[in-house]
Amino acid sequence: MTIAIIKYGMGNVASVQKVLKKLGYNSIITNYAEDIRNADLILLPGVGSFKKGMENLKQYGLIEVLNEEVLNKKKPFIGICLGMQLLATYGNEPTKVKGLNFIKGEVIKINSPKNLRVPHLGWNSLNIVSNQKSELYKPFNKQDFYFIHSYHFKAEAIEDVCITVNYDLEMVAGLQKDNIYAMQFHPEKSQEVGLLLLKTIIDQYA
Amino acid sequence: MLTKRIIPCLDIKNGRTVKGVNFVDLRDAGDPVELAKQYALKGADELVFLDISATLEGRKTRIEMVLKVAEQVNIPFTVGGGISSIADVDVLLQSGADKVSINSSAVKRPELINELANKFGSQCVVVAIDAKNINGNWMVHLAGGTIPTELNLFDWAKEVEQRGAGEILFTSMDNDGTKDGFANEALAKLSEELNIPIIASGGAGTIQHFIDTFKIGKSDAALAASVFHFGEIPILDLKEALKKENIPVRL
Repeated sequence: MTIAIIKYGMGNVASVQKVLKKLGYNSIITNYAEDIRNADLILLPGVGSFKKGMENLKQYGLIEVLNEEVLNKKKPFIGICLGMQLLATYGNEPTKVKGLNFIKGEVIKINSPKNLRVPHLGWNSLNIVSNQKSELYKPFNKQDFYFIHSYHFKAEAIEDVCITVNYDLEMVAGLQKDNIYAMQFHPEKSQEVGLLLLKTIIDQYA
Repeated sequence: MLTKRIIPCLDIKNGRTVKGVNFVDLRDAGDPVELAKQYALKGADELVFLDISATLEGRKTRIEMVLKVAEQVNIPFTVGGGISSIADVDVLLQSGADKVSINSSAVKRPELINELANKFGSQCVVVAIDAKNINGNWMVHLAGGTIPTELNLFDWAKEVEQRGAGEILFTSMDNDGTKDGFANEALAKLSEELNIPIIASGGAGTIQHFIDTFKIGKSDAALAASVFHFGEIPILDLKEALKKENIPVRL
């Protein structure tokens, strides 16, 4: 199988590719629609602001091809960090803008009642939500993953949430809807357990 | 629960680790990539590479090092030293660094913080501050602590946060190298006055010093060099001890 890692000027895509290579998957870093159409799985990484991320996707003409491949054709898709947030209906970084709207919800600034530090930065443990999707994620319950973000995804439908993380408030750490898998943390920076999570998801389609 | 981070710091010159490093099971103690791999294996949560190469050749070697670290180590790492422009940061992030640390260049031109935060996001901008307590006033120093400024630590830290830094790495020059413990009073004050994470640096000598900087200094992370390089404090032992004190760590 071939994985298309989408290059849209938002952060370092090379470390994701290195991890995929270590796991034995073939991948290309690309922003060509044709490559994305030909790939078996699409991976959207990214760090930086929501608004800039959407602008760049638009600029590279990637929104149509993502709509077509991910929404219509149900091609497996993994979003990481900003790549998860952009799936929302709206983002607010720095101002309110429309997102891809693949998963209903809004990305808002972390605003903890106890004034905890923002960004939420460092290793924090995952809580696997118990629902029909939880079987896949169960081995990762209470395992530490690396987070670095100032905004979080408020999902409209509870059934889309498969992983949460506690930082005074309970935040969404992972979403799943049909063929769409998304995570707020960085599996590519979370050592062996991070690699294993990526492998668990990808191997369903390999 | 978010855990407290333990961060070994490696001083790099022309692509090699400088300052003594004495690690068992290591073929080449001067190779930062080998050292980084060992630290990642032995429980480090993040790594900081402080590059002190002065020449252009040394800077090129740094990029090669960053590429190799990114390929072989999958914990986050920060690169600092002589970074003063968007182009400097761009090449480091493209090569696989997760964050960059800026120090003197931010004092000389504070707008640099805004520019980097806007272009790359706050999450990859660490501002390092070196300060010394002079008659009860914590004063910021530049160029490895050799040049005093008129800036007060707490005022500068607040400005840095406002301009978009994602994190502050505070080194107390009074404590650095003493192995007498971190500057916990100043650290606690920084923590109270700011909303971004604070990394404590300078003074680590014993496990108790780490316990103190998390409990008394309210630090979010602690950075050290020699106690880790010489195997005086194995990171896993340190983390076990922290856990016993109810300080959340990743084990």
